[in-house]
Amino acid sequence: MEAEAAKLIGAGLAAIALAGAGVGIGHIFGNYLAGALRNPAAAQSQFPNLLLGFALAEATGLFGLVVALIILFVF
Amino acid sequence: MSSTEHNAAAAGAAQGEGGMAIDPMHQFEIKRLMDWKIGGLDISFTNASLWMVIIVCVVSLVLLAGSTKMVPGRLQSLGELAYEFVSNMMRDILGDSGRAFFPLVFTLFMFVLAANMLGMLPYSFTVTSHIIVTFGLAAFVFIGATVVGFAKHGTHYLKLFVPSGVPSILLPLLVVIEVISYFTRPISLSVRLFANMMAGHTMLKVFAGFVVGMGFLGGWLPLAMMVALTGLEILVAFLQAYVFAVLTCIYLNDAINMH
Repeated sequence: MEAEAAKLIGAGLAAIALAGAGVGIGHIFGNYLAGALRNPAAAQSQFPNLLLGFALAEATGLFGLVVALIILFVF
Repeated sequence: MSSTEHNAAAAGAAQGEGGMAIDPMHQFEIKRLMDWKIGGLDISFTNASLWMVIIVCVVSLVLLAGSTKMVPGRLQSLGELAYEFVSNMMRDILGDSGRAFFPLVFTLFMFVLAANMLGMLPYSFTVTSHIIVTFGLAAFVFIGATVVGFAKHGTHYLKLFVPSGVPSILLPLLVVIEVISYFTRPISLSVRLFANMMAGHTMLKVFAGFVVGMGFLGGWLPLAMMVALTGLEILVAFLQAYVFAVLTCIYLNDAINMH
């Protein structure tokens, strides 16, 4: 296999990591919504935690994207 | 109609021929504005340096401009809002013991926030999309927190690596894991901010390429996507600054209160 083709395939594989980020973000917002509907009074106080969890979950997926970009543009 | 179609076809052809006509990484390029050298050391004033100066100027203007009044004006309200936001966050995480570190956390938060927000302006430069900038900030936080921990607790600070209430068989393994997780903190802190900024701006540029490439008729869909993505990116710009500040507080909390 040509090195160029292998590079593209590798970058595509590395981008699969974003699937995990999607699952994680969906999980966080889904559970927040479920909790907020059960106890709307407590929802507002947990909003910062929601944002923190969203950012942390998104970041792990982006690590995979960084690997993809490094493969594409550095090597 | 025919002229617009012709334009669209021309744009599509230009992209097809050029290959790298729209390079999403071009926006991160560092250009030397002034060539300065001391000995073998390259200390040129680059566009990144210029934007950091602009960030400091903007933050200073927002927070310090004008006289403070009893009934605040718009800029003063913004400053008070930012102050109270960071202050409340610090009180929640650190308690009252960490008040001495408020200026540090506030400065970091405002710098990262301004860098991310100014980076959203067209034709601007996002300094936080460079790993060296974010790693510099993160390494400063990490070394600072470690120094504070040792200064406050002495060698007792090493107990941070020994979780309490664990069976002694598991202890060696857990100590190793704790040490590794402690030393990956600056990496995860810096890569999180850098990756978010770089991925976001690359994505915007890729969609901008679709708008040009699909021409007048097909370009509206990616354009609408771009408007939505710009909104998301502004949210992410704020969130990442917030997360950076929160994690700084958590690391300082480890150093000051030791869990």
